Amino acid sequence: MASGEPARRQWARGRQDAAIPLQRHQRAMALPPDGLLQLTPQGLYCPAAAAWIDPWRPVSRALITHGHADHARPGSAAYWAATPGEGVLRQRLGAGIELTGVAYGQERRIGEALVSFHPAGHVLGSAQIRITAGGETWLISGDYKRDADPSCDPFEPVSADVLITEATFGLPIYRWRPGHRVAAEILAWWRGAPHRPSVLFAYAFGKAQRLLAELAALGVEEEVLLHGAVQALMEPYRSQGVVLPPTRPLSELPRNTALAGRLVLAPPSAHRSPWMRRFTTPQTAFVSGWMAVRGARRRRGFERGFALSDHADWDGLLATVRDCGARQIYVTHGNSDGLARYLREEMGLAADPLGRAFEGQRNEEGEVAAALPG
Amino acid sequence: MQLFAELIETLEHSSGTRARVAALTGFFRVADPADGAWALALLLGKRRRRLITGRRLRQIALEGSGLPEWLFDSCHAQVGDSAETIALLLPRLALPPAPPLELPLAAWMGTRLPALAALEGEAQAEAVLAVWAGLPEGQVFLFNKLLTGGFRVGVAAGLVTRALAEVAGLEEAELAHRLMGGFEPSLETMEALLAPLEAGAAAPISRPYPFCLASPLEPERLAATDPAGWQVEWKWDGIRAQLIRRDSQTFLWSRGEELINGSFPELEGVAALLGPGTVLDGELTVWPAGASQPAGFGPLQRRLGRQKPGGALLRECPAAFVAYDLLEQGDRDLRPEPLGRRRAALEDLVRGLPEAVSTPAAGLLRLSPVLPLGSWEELDTLRQQARSVGAEGLMLKALDSAYGVGRRRGLWWKHKLEPMELDAVLLYAQAGSGRRANLHTDYTFGLWDGEGRLVTFAKAYSGLDDGEITELDRWIRRHTTERFGPVRAVEPLQVFTLGFEGLQRSSRHRSGLAVRFPRILRWRRDRTAESADTLASALALLQNPAQRSAGQGETAER
Repeated sequence: MASGEPARRQWARGRQDAAIPLQRHQRAMALPPDGLLQLTPQGLYCPAAAAWIDPWRPVSRALITHGHADHARPGSAAYWAATPGEGVLRQRLGAGIELTGVAYGQERRIGEALVSFHPAGHVLGSAQIRITAGGETWLISGDYKRDADPSCDPFEPVSADVLITEATFGLPIYRWRPGHRVAAEILAWWRGAPHRPSVLFAYAFGKAQRLLAELAALGVEEEVLLHGAVQALMEPYRSQGVVLPPTRPLSELPRNTALAGRLVLAPPSAHRSPWMRRFTTPQTAFVSGWMAVRGARRRRGFERGFALSDHADWDGLLATVRDCGARQIYVTHGNSDGLARYLREEMGLAADPLGRAFEGQRNEEGEVAAALPG
Repeated sequence: MQLFAELIETLEHSSGTRARVAALTGFFRVADPADGAWALALLLGKRRRRLITGRRLRQIALEGSGLPEWLFDSCHAQVGDSAETIALLLPRLALPPAPPLELPLAAWMGTRLPALAALEGEAQAEAVLAVWAGLPEGQVFLFNKLLTGGFRVGVAAGLVTRALAEVAGLEEAELAHRLMGGFEPSLETMEALLAPLEAGAAAPISRPYPFCLASPLEPERLAATDPAGWQVEWKWDGIRAQLIRRDSQTFLWSRGEELINGSFPELEGVAALLGPGTVLDGELTVWPAGASQPAGFGPLQRRLGRQKPGGALLRECPAAFVAYDLLEQGDRDLRPEPLGRRRAALEDLVRGLPEAVSTPAAGLLRLSPVLPLGSWEELDTLRQQARSVGAEGLMLKALDSAYGVGRRRGLWWKHKLEPMELDAVLLYAQAGSGRRANLHTDYTFGLWDGEGRLVTFAKAYSGLDDGEITELDRWIRRHTTERFGPVRAVEPLQVFTLGFEGLQRSSRHRSGLAVRFPRILRWRRDRTAESADTLASALALLQNPAQRSAGQGETAER
C-alpha cells in the first residue's frame, strides 16, 4: 500500500543503525517474584496451590481452563476443571485421567489457596480460574468471549486484584456481530447452493458445536454431516443437554450417496486434504474470527469467510478489564503488547504484556490451531 | 454503486471461471452503460488514479476515531491495507449525522471523487467523514479503494473480455482488440466498444493489437513434435513493444499499453521508412550501433524513466527495436497468416529498408535472428549460449500458428536461462500486505563481508509455498531479536538459495550490488549460516556471469 511506504522507509532506515534501544512501550515481561503466580518453564504456577494453570508440560497438578489442545495437554498426574468440561477433557486426554470436576462458582481449597472456576463463555466447560491466597486474589481468564453462545454457559464477570487476560483479538478492528446473525448468513449460503455440497470448516471443538446450536435455534432440523474430528466432540455436548440438529458422520454414508445440498462440518485441516475428494464441486467456507480481515480470507483460499469467534473482541476485552476492577493486569496471547499499552496509556491502568512465552506456545500447536485459534 | 459493490463481492466469493463470467455478464447486462464503462475500466485496472493518499485518508479517520496513532498503525499492520483498516474501524468513528448516500458509480468516478480530492484540509476531512456516515456499510471499503486508487479485483482481464463479448455478441478477440490502446470510460466509448461488427465505427489509427504471449516451456510437450516446425529465437532482455506506422504517424506501445514514443525519439525516423499501415512486434532494447549484443536492462531502465531524453542520454544509451513479427502490412491484418509467412514478409520488409538504418551499423531496427535447431537435444546447448549474447533464454514459436490473442498455451513457449544463485542468510522479515497481511513474507537476506559480518544483499518476496511461509512465519516469531515497527530482526540462522537474473554495481545499496528479480529458490535447511555465500563470491559472479553460482557446492572461502 502506497500509504504504508513512508513508515516502512522510516523503519528500513532505522534498522541500518546498529543498536536501537527498546522503545518505551516495549516492557520487560515477567511476573513479580513474590506474586501469587509465577512463570516457570512448565507454565503459570501457583506455589500456594502447588498447581500449574494450563501447563505446557506434564506436572503434578494442572488446573485447566478448557479443553483446547493448547490449554489442556496430556501427561499430568492430576487435573482440575469445571464440571461441564469433564466429558471433553476425558475424550481428549483419555478416559482414565485423574480428574476432579468443580461446579461453576464453587470455592475449593487446594493447598494453601482457594480456587474457583467461573464460566468463560468460550466453549463447553470453559472457565476463568480465580485463586485466592495470602490476602490476594488473581483471576486467570483463559480464553473467553462475552457474546451469546447457545452451546455453553455465558461469561460471568469476576472481580480480582490481579487479572491475567488473553488478547487473541486485541485490536479495535475486531468487533463481532451477534452469532445468530452470522449463523443466518451461513444458513443462506447453504440454502443458496441446492446443487452442490456445502463444506463448512470450523474448529472441531467449540466452533462446530456452536454453529450447530445456532442453526438449531434458527429452526434447522435437517441432518448435518460431520467429519470424524467434529463427530468425536458431539457426545460430550449432547450429554450436557445442548440443543443440536441431528448429525451423522460422513463416513457412515455409502460412498456413492449424493451430497448435493447437504451441509458438512469439518476442521480446517481437512481443507485441501484427500478427504475433500469425496465431494464434487463443493462450495467451501471457513468460520473464524480471523475471517473479519479480507487478506486473511483470501490467503486461506476458501470461497467464503464468515467472521465468528469464540474469543473476546476488542470491546469484550476492555469490558472484562473494567468489570474485573483489577489493580494490575497481565496480558497474554495475540496482541498482548498492544492491549497492555492501551490499558496503560489510555485507561491509566497498571498493565503489562506477559506475551512471548505464550505466543510461542500457541504457535507450537498444529498448523490450524496455531495460525488460527478460534 | 451498490450493483458494482455486489459484483465485486460475488467475484471474491466465487472461484470457478463459469461463475465469475456469469457474474460479470449479469452485471454488464443490467448496469447503466455509463456505470458499466467505469466498472470495466476499474476491472481492467485501467483506472487507478490516486485521488487521495492512503496516508491522508488514515489521518482523517484517525482524527475522527479518538484512537491513539500507534494503535491505528497496529491495526493497519494487521490488515495490510488502509482502505480496509478504515472500513473496519468505521463503527468507532464519531461521524456526523448524514442522509443515506446512494450514487451511481459513474457519478462517483466522474465527479464526486475528483471533487473530494480537490478539497483541502478541514473541508476535505469533513466531506470524507460525511460520505462515510452516509454510505451503506458494504460500500465503505470500495469507496476508500477508489479514492486511494488502490482498487484491484482478482479477476483476469480475459474473463472480463469474455463476459463483455458475450453481452455484445462479438468474438472475444475482436473485443480484446477494441480494448487495446486505452479505454476512456464514458457512455460513448462503452457503446462503441459493444457496437455490432457491421456498425463499423472506424478504429483509432493508434490502436495496437493484443500481444500474443508465451508460456513457460513444457519440454515433454515438444519432444513428440518435429523441431523443424518451430521457429527458435533469442528471448531478449528488453521490453515487449509494438511499433505502429499508420497515416504517416508513429505509435510505439509498450506491453503495458503505454504510448512511449516520447521516450524513444530515435525510432520515429525508422518507423517513417516502414511504409503505410505497418505494425511490428518486437523487443525494445538499448543496443549501441557497433555492439554485438544489447547493453542490458539497466541502461534500458534509464531510458524508460525519461519522457524526453536529452542528447547525452540518447548517445550513451541508444535504443534499438528488435523486430520479430509483422502484424500488419499495407493496412492488412496479417495475424491470421501462419508465422512462417509473416516471418518471410518481415524479412523482406527489413531487407528492403535503406541501408543506413537496417544494417547493424545503424542498428536502430534489427531483425531478431532465427536460430538453427536440428534436434531437441541441441535445445539446451543453444539456451546456454543465451547469456553470452545478452539474451535471457529462448523463444519457440510454432511456424504454422496464427498470431494469437493473449496467452494460448502450446503455440509460443519461452525457455529461460536458469537463474544465478547465491546462498544467503535471513536477517529481517516484515509482514506482507493484502492476502499476506500479518504473515512475515517480505524477507531481507545478507551475505558475509570480509570481516565476519552479514551485510544486507537482497530482498525477496516469493518462492516459498504456503506451508513453508507458515512455518517460517512461526520460526520468525519465535526467533525475533528486535522489532522495529513492522520489521523484525531475526537470529541469523536460516539459509536460503536465492535466484536472480543479474547483478549490477550500485552505490545505493550497502552491499554495493543491485540484484535483478531476486526470489527464493530453496530453503536450505541443510546449511548453516556460516556456510552461506560471501560478498566476494557475489562480486566474482558479477565479473563472470557464466559461472551462475558462487559456491558450486563448496563452502565459500572466508
